Amino acid sequence: MGNWMVTTMGELALEKTSASEFKKGVQSGISIGIGYFPVALTFGLLAKTTGLTLGETVMMSLLVFAGASQYIALSLLVQGIGMFEIILTTFIVNIRHFLMSASLNEKSEDEPVGNKMLYSFGITDETFSVAATREGSVTTGYMLGLSLVAYSSWVVNSGVGFIVGAGLPQSLQESMSVALYAMFIGLLVPSIKGSMKVLYLAAIAAAFSSIFTLADLMSTGWAIVAATLLSAVLVEAVETLKRQGRLSRVE
Amino acid sequence: MNREIILMIIGMAAVTYIPRMLPFVMFKGKELPAFWQGVLKNVPYATLGALIFPAILFIQEDIWYGIIGAAAAFIAAFLGANVIVVVIGSIAVLSAYSVFF
Repeated sequence: MGNWMVTTMGELALEKTSASEFKKGVQSGISIGIGYFPVALTFGLLAKTTGLTLGETVMMSLLVFAGASQYIALSLLVQGIGMFEIILTTFIVNIRHFLMSASLNEKSEDEPVGNKMLYSFGITDETFSVAATREGSVTTGYMLGLSLVAYSSWVVNSGVGFIVGAGLPQSLQESMSVALYAMFIGLLVPSIKGSMKVLYLAAIAAAFSSIFTLADLMSTGWAIVAATLLSAVLVEAVETLKRQGRLSRVE
Repeated sequence: MNREIILMIIGMAAVTYIPRMLPFVMFKGKELPAFWQGVLKNVPYATLGALIFPAILFIQEDIWYGIIGAAAAFIAAFLGANVIVVVIGSIAVLSAYSVFF
Protein backbone atom coordinates (compact mmCIF):
# COMPACT_ATOMS: atom_id res chain seq x y z
CA MET A 1 0.00 0.00 0.00
CA GLY A 2 2.74 2.41 1.06
CA ASN A 3 4.73 1.52 -2.01
CA TRP A 4 1.74 2.00 -4.21
CA MET A 5 1.19 5.48 -2.79
CA VAL A 6 4.80 6.39 -3.38
CA THR A 7 4.76 5.26 -7.00
CA THR A 8 1.49 7.00 -7.74
CA MET A 9 2.68 10.24 -6.22
CA GLY A 10 5.96 9.90 -8.04
CA GLU A 11 4.17 9.41 -11.32
CA LEU A 12 1.90 12.34 -10.59
CA ALA A 13 4.87 14.55 -9.88
CA LEU A 14 6.52 13.37 -13.07
CA GLU A 15 3.39 14.00 -15.10
CA LYS A 16 3.07 17.42 -13.62
CA THR A 17 6.61 18.43 -14.54
CA SER A 18 6.35 17.10 -18.08
CA ALA A 19 2.99 18.85 -18.44
CA SER A 20 4.49 22.14 -17.30
CA GLU A 21 7.47 21.58 -19.58
CA PHE A 22 5.02 21.07 -22.46
CA LYS A 23 3.30 24.31 -21.53
CA LYS A 24 6.61 26.18 -21.46
CA GLY A 25 7.36 24.74 -24.88
CA VAL A 26 4.02 25.94 -26.23
CA GLN A 27 4.67 29.44 -24.84
CA SER A 28 8.11 29.60 -26.42
CA GLY A 29 6.63 28.35 -29.68
CA ILE A 30 4.20 31.23 -30.13
CA SER A 31 6.68 33.62 -31.74
CA ILE A 32 7.63 30.86 -34.18
CA GLY A 33 3.95 30.28 -34.94
CA ILE A 34 3.58 33.98 -35.78
CA GLY A 35 6.76 33.95 -37.82
CA TYR A 36 5.71 30.93 -39.86
CA PHE A 37 2.35 32.44 -40.69
CA PRO A 38 3.39 34.58 -43.68
CA VAL A 39 6.03 32.12 -44.84
CA ALA A 40 3.61 29.18 -44.90
CA LEU A 41 0.86 31.30 -46.44
CA THR A 42 3.17 32.25 -49.29
CA PHE A 43 4.28 28.64 -49.67
CA GLY A 44 0.65 27.52 -50.07
CA LEU A 45 0.03 30.21 -52.64
CA LEU A 46 3.16 29.36 -54.63
CA ALA A 47 2.37 25.64 -54.49
CA LYS A 48 -0.99 26.40 -56.08
CA THR A 49 0.57 28.44 -58.87
CA THR A 50 3.13 25.64 -59.38
CA GLY A 51 0.24 23.26 -60.06
CA LEU A 52 0.27 21.13 -56.93
CA THR A 53 -3.07 20.02 -55.49
CA LEU A 54 -4.21 21.08 -52.01
CA GLY A 55 -3.55 17.53 -50.79
CA GLU A 56 0.01 17.52 -52.14
CA THR A 57 0.71 20.95 -50.68
CA VAL A 58 -0.46 20.03 -47.19
CA MET A 59 1.24 16.64 -47.42
CA MET A 60 4.58 18.27 -48.21
CA SER A 61 4.29 20.57 -45.19
CA LEU A 62 3.13 17.66 -43.00
CA LEU A 63 5.95 15.30 -43.93
CA VAL A 64 8.90 17.54 -44.79
CA PHE A 65 8.39 20.50 -42.40
CA ALA A 66 11.37 22.48 -43.70
CA GLY A 67 10.50 25.81 -45.28
CA ALA A 68 13.50 26.70 -47.40
CA SER A 69 13.72 23.29 -49.06
CA GLN A 70 9.99 23.26 -49.79
CA TYR A 71 10.29 26.61 -51.58
CA ILE A 72 13.27 25.32 -53.54
CA ALA A 73 11.39 22.15 -54.51
CA LEU A 74 8.60 24.30 -55.97
CA SER A 75 10.99 26.37 -58.04
CA LEU A 76 12.73 23.22 -59.31
CA LEU A 77 9.37 21.66 -60.21
CA VAL A 78 8.49 24.74 -62.25
CA GLN A 79 11.79 24.41 -64.12
CA GLY A 80 10.88 20.80 -64.92
CA ILE A 81 13.77 19.37 -62.92
CA GLY A 82 13.61 15.65 -62.13
CA MET A 83 12.48 14.05 -58.91
CA PHE A 84 15.89 12.65 -57.98
CA GLU A 85 17.60 16.02 -58.27
CA ILE A 86 14.90 17.65 -56.18
CA ILE A 87 15.38 15.06 -53.43
CA LEU A 88 19.16 15.47 -53.56
CA THR A 89 18.85 19.26 -53.34
CA THR A 90 16.51 18.88 -50.38
CA PHE A 91 19.12 16.73 -48.67
CA ILE A 92 21.86 19.30 -49.26
CA VAL A 93 19.70 22.19 -48.09
CA ASN A 94 18.63 20.36 -44.93
CA ILE A 95 21.88 18.74 -43.87
CA ARG A 96 22.51 21.73 -41.59
CA HIS A 97 19.97 20.18 -39.21
CA PHE A 98 22.55 17.48 -38.48
CA LEU A 99 24.75 20.09 -36.85
CA MET A 100 21.83 21.53 -34.91
CA SER A 101 20.71 18.12 -33.63
CA ALA A 102 24.26 17.26 -32.60
CA SER A 103 24.42 20.54 -30.67
CA LEU A 104 21.00 20.10 -29.08
CA ASN A 105 21.87 16.51 -28.12
CA GLU A 106 24.56 17.91 -25.81
CA LYS A 107 21.98 19.78 -23.75
CA SER A 108 19.12 17.30 -23.96
CA GLU A 109 17.88 15.64 -20.80
CA ASP A 110 18.83 11.97 -20.37
CA GLU A 111 15.69 10.39 -21.83
CA PRO A 112 14.93 7.27 -23.95
CA VAL A 113 16.35 7.50 -27.45
CA GLY A 114 12.85 6.85 -28.82
CA ASN A 115 11.69 10.18 -27.35
CA LYS A 116 14.56 11.98 -29.00
CA MET A 117 13.84 10.30 -32.34
CA LEU A 118 10.28 11.56 -32.05
CA TYR A 119 11.05 15.15 -31.18
CA SER A 120 13.96 15.37 -33.61
CA PHE A 121 11.33 15.53 -36.39
CA GLY A 122 10.42 19.00 -35.13
CA ILE A 123 13.91 20.51 -35.37
CA THR A 124 13.99 23.51 -37.68
CA ASP A 125 16.23 26.60 -37.72
CA GLU A 126 13.63 28.29 -35.53
CA THR A 127 12.74 25.58 -32.99
CA PHE A 128 16.45 24.81 -32.65
CA SER A 129 17.32 28.45 -32.01
CA VAL A 130 14.65 28.77 -29.34
CA ALA A 131 15.48 25.45 -27.63
CA ALA A 132 19.26 25.90 -27.78
CA THR A 133 19.20 29.36 -26.20
CA ARG A 134 16.92 28.14 -23.40
CA GLU A 135 18.25 28.11 -19.82
CA GLY A 136 18.99 24.61 -18.56
CA SER A 137 18.34 21.32 -20.32
CA VAL A 138 15.89 20.37 -23.04
CA THR A 139 13.17 17.79 -22.30
CA THR A 140 10.73 15.80 -24.42
CA GLY A 141 7.75 17.73 -23.06
CA TYR A 142 9.35 21.07 -23.89
CA MET A 143 10.37 20.00 -27.39
CA LEU A 144 6.94 18.56 -28.18
CA GLY A 145 5.16 21.73 -27.01
CA LEU A 146 7.55 23.96 -28.93
CA SER A 147 7.40 21.94 -32.16
CA LEU A 148 3.66 21.42 -31.99
CA VAL A 149 2.95 25.17 -32.18
CA ALA A 150 5.48 25.67 -34.97
CA TYR A 151 4.30 22.58 -36.87
CA SER A 152 0.58 23.40 -36.60
CA SER A 153 1.18 26.92 -37.83
CA TRP A 154 3.28 25.62 -40.72
CA VAL A 155 0.84 22.93 -41.87
CA VAL A 156 -2.41 24.83 -41.34
CA ASN A 157 -1.17 28.04 -42.93
CA SER A 158 0.22 26.15 -45.95
CA GLY A 159 -3.32 24.92 -46.56
CA VAL A 160 -4.83 28.35 -45.85
CA GLY A 161 -2.38 29.96 -48.26
CA PHE A 162 -3.40 27.51 -50.97
CA ILE A 163 -7.11 28.17 -50.46
CA VAL A 164 -7.19 31.87 -49.65
CA GLY A 165 -4.18 32.92 -51.66
CA ALA A 166 -2.95 36.45 -51.24
CA GLY A 167 -5.82 37.31 -48.94
CA LEU A 168 -3.68 39.42 -46.64
CA PRO A 169 -3.01 43.03 -47.61
CA GLN A 170 0.29 43.23 -49.50
CA SER A 171 1.82 45.71 -47.04
CA LEU A 172 1.12 43.45 -44.06
CA GLN A 173 2.57 40.43 -45.88
CA GLU A 174 5.69 42.45 -46.61
CA SER A 175 6.17 43.66 -43.08
CA MET A 176 5.57 40.19 -41.69
CA SER A 177 8.45 38.82 -43.75
CA VAL A 178 10.76 40.24 -41.07
CA ALA A 179 9.16 38.15 -38.30
CA LEU A 180 11.53 35.18 -38.23
CA TYR A 181 14.62 37.37 -38.42
CA ALA A 182 13.29 39.60 -35.67
CA MET A 183 12.83 36.45 -33.60
CA PHE A 184 16.43 35.37 -34.23
CA ILE A 185 17.61 38.82 -33.11
CA GLY A 186 15.35 38.65 -30.07
CA LEU A 187 16.97 35.32 -29.12
CA LEU A 188 20.52 36.44 -29.77
CA VAL A 189 20.70 39.89 -28.18
CA PRO A 190 20.09 38.89 -24.52
CA SER A 191 22.96 36.38 -24.77
CA ILE A 192 25.24 38.97 -26.40
CA LYS A 193 24.64 41.32 -23.49
CA GLY A 194 25.94 38.68 -21.10
CA SER A 195 28.95 37.44 -23.06
CA MET A 196 31.53 38.81 -25.48
CA LYS A 197 32.08 35.26 -26.69
CA VAL A 198 28.51 35.09 -28.02
CA LEU A 199 29.05 38.38 -29.85
CA TYR A 200 32.20 37.01 -31.52
CA LEU A 201 30.46 33.75 -32.44
CA ALA A 202 27.52 35.49 -34.09
CA ALA A 203 29.56 38.24 -35.77
CA ILE A 204 32.17 35.90 -37.24
CA ALA A 205 29.50 33.48 -38.52
CA ALA A 206 27.51 36.39 -39.98
CA ALA A 207 30.63 37.65 -41.77
CA PHE A 208 31.49 34.24 -43.24
CA SER A 209 27.90 33.56 -44.25
CA SER A 210 27.72 36.97 -45.99
CA ILE A 211 30.99 36.35 -47.84
CA PHE A 212 30.01 32.84 -48.95
CA THR A 213 26.56 33.89 -50.11
CA LEU A 214 27.38 37.25 -51.70
CA ALA A 215 30.46 35.92 -53.51
CA ASP A 216 28.26 33.07 -54.74
CA LEU A 217 30.75 30.53 -53.42
CA MET A 218 28.07 28.08 -52.25
CA SER A 219 24.34 27.63 -51.83
CA THR A 220 22.59 29.14 -48.79
CA GLY A 221 22.33 25.77 -47.03
CA TRP A 222 26.05 25.07 -47.25
CA ALA A 223 26.92 28.69 -46.45
CA ILE A 224 25.09 28.37 -43.12
CA VAL A 225 26.78 25.07 -42.28
CA ALA A 226 30.27 26.27 -43.24
CA ALA A 227 29.96 29.67 -41.56
CA THR A 228 28.59 28.13 -38.35
CA LEU A 229 31.30 25.47 -38.12
CA LEU A 230 34.14 27.87 -38.95
CA SER A 231 33.01 30.39 -36.36
CA ALA A 232 32.32 27.79 -33.64
CA VAL A 233 35.71 26.08 -34.17
CA LEU A 234 37.70 29.34 -34.44
CA VAL A 235 36.27 30.83 -31.26
CA GLU A 236 36.74 27.57 -29.37
CA ALA A 237 40.33 27.24 -30.59
CA VAL A 238 41.19 30.79 -29.53
CA GLU A 239 39.60 30.19 -26.14
CA THR A 240 41.49 26.92 -25.65
CA LEU A 241 44.79 28.60 -26.58
CA LYS A 242 44.11 31.46 -24.18
CA ARG A 243 43.34 29.01 -21.39
CA GLN A 244 46.54 27.08 -22.03
CA GLY A 245 48.50 30.34 -22.11
CA ARG A 246 47.10 31.28 -18.73
CA LEU A 247 47.93 27.83 -17.32
CA SER A 248 51.54 27.91 -18.54
CA ARG A 249 52.00 31.39 -17.11
CA VAL A 250 50.85 30.10 -13.74
CA GLU A 251 53.43 27.31 -13.95
CA MET B 1 -2.81 13.23 -56.43
CA ASN B 2 0.07 12.63 -58.81
CA ARG B 3 2.04 9.48 -57.98
CA GLU B 4 5.40 10.95 -58.90
CA ILE B 5 4.83 14.02 -56.72
CA ILE B 6 3.86 11.78 -53.78
CA LEU B 7 7.05 9.76 -54.19
CA MET B 8 9.07 12.96 -54.40
CA ILE B 9 7.50 14.26 -51.18
CA ILE B 10 8.23 10.97 -49.39
CA GLY B 11 11.84 11.10 -50.61
CA MET B 12 12.17 14.72 -49.45
CA ALA B 13 10.69 13.75 -46.06
CA ALA B 14 13.21 10.91 -45.62
CA VAL B 15 16.32 12.93 -46.50
CA THR B 16 15.12 15.75 -44.23
CA TYR B 17 14.28 13.58 -41.23
CA ILE B 18 17.46 11.47 -41.23
CA PRO B 19 19.95 14.32 -40.57
CA ARG B 20 17.62 15.64 -37.85
CA MET B 21 17.40 12.29 -36.09
CA LEU B 22 20.83 10.72 -36.57
CA PRO B 23 22.90 12.68 -34.00
CA PHE B 24 20.53 11.64 -31.21
CA VAL B 25 21.09 7.98 -32.13
CA MET B 26 24.81 8.27 -32.92
CA PHE B 27 25.89 10.17 -29.84
CA LYS B 28 24.82 9.62 -26.26
CA GLY B 29 25.87 13.18 -25.44
CA LYS B 30 28.89 14.30 -23.38
CA GLU B 31 31.18 11.55 -24.74
CA LEU B 32 32.91 13.74 -27.31
CA PRO B 33 36.31 15.29 -26.50
CA ALA B 34 35.99 18.52 -24.49
CA PHE B 35 37.04 20.65 -27.47
CA TRP B 36 34.22 19.36 -29.67
CA GLN B 37 31.70 19.62 -26.85
CA GLY B 38 32.74 23.26 -26.66
CA VAL B 39 32.29 23.67 -30.41
CA LEU B 40 28.79 22.19 -30.27
CA LYS B 41 27.91 24.57 -27.43
CA ASN B 42 29.03 27.44 -29.65
CA VAL B 43 26.89 26.28 -32.58
CA PRO B 44 23.58 27.95 -31.55
CA TYR B 45 25.02 31.47 -31.42
CA ALA B 46 27.05 31.01 -34.59
CA THR B 47 23.96 29.61 -36.37
CA LEU B 48 21.93 32.66 -35.35
CA GLY B 49 24.56 34.97 -36.82
CA ALA B 50 24.69 32.98 -40.06
CA LEU B 51 20.89 32.79 -40.33
CA ILE B 52 20.39 36.54 -39.79
CA PHE B 53 23.10 37.80 -42.18
CA PRO B 54 22.99 38.31 -45.08
CA ALA B 55 19.41 36.96 -45.44
CA ILE B 56 17.69 39.76 -43.51
CA LEU B 57 18.94 42.32 -46.03
CA PHE B 58 17.04 40.62 -48.82
CA ILE B 59 13.58 40.05 -47.31
CA GLN B 60 12.25 42.70 -49.71
CA GLU B 61 13.72 44.35 -52.78
CA ASP B 62 14.20 47.55 -50.79
CA ILE B 63 17.31 46.81 -48.70
CA TRP B 64 16.29 49.44 -46.11
CA TYR B 65 13.37 47.24 -45.21
CA GLY B 66 15.66 44.62 -43.71
CA ILE B 67 17.98 47.17 -42.14
CA ILE B 68 15.15 49.04 -40.40
CA GLY B 69 13.51 45.78 -39.32
CA ALA B 70 16.79 44.52 -37.89
CA ALA B 71 17.46 47.81 -36.09
CA ALA B 72 13.98 47.85 -34.57
CA ALA B 73 14.34 44.25 -33.39
CA PHE B 74 17.82 44.93 -32.01
CA ILE B 75 16.73 47.99 -30.03
CA ALA B 76 13.65 46.25 -28.62
CA ALA B 77 15.68 43.18 -27.63
CA PHE B 78 18.48 45.32 -26.17
CA LEU B 79 15.96 47.14 -23.98
CA GLY B 80 14.97 43.73 -22.61
CA ALA B 81 11.72 43.10 -24.49
CA ASN B 82 10.32 39.58 -24.66
CA VAL B 83 10.85 37.76 -27.99
CA ILE B 84 7.18 38.07 -28.99
CA VAL B 85 7.28 41.82 -28.31
CA VAL B 86 10.44 42.04 -30.44
CA VAL B 87 8.70 40.24 -33.32
CA ILE B 88 5.46 42.25 -33.16
CA GLY B 89 7.38 45.50 -32.60
CA SER B 90 9.48 45.12 -35.71
CA ILE B 91 6.44 44.14 -37.80
CA ALA B 92 4.72 47.31 -36.53
CA VAL B 93 7.73 49.51 -37.33
CA LEU B 94 7.92 48.10 -40.87
CA SER B 95 4.17 48.52 -41.38
CA ALA B 96 4.60 52.19 -40.48
CA TYR B 97 7.60 52.43 -42.80
CA SER B 98 5.68 50.96 -45.75
CA VAL B 99 2.83 53.43 -45.17
CA PHE B 100 5.23 56.35 -45.59
CA PHE B 101 7.48 55.01 -48.37
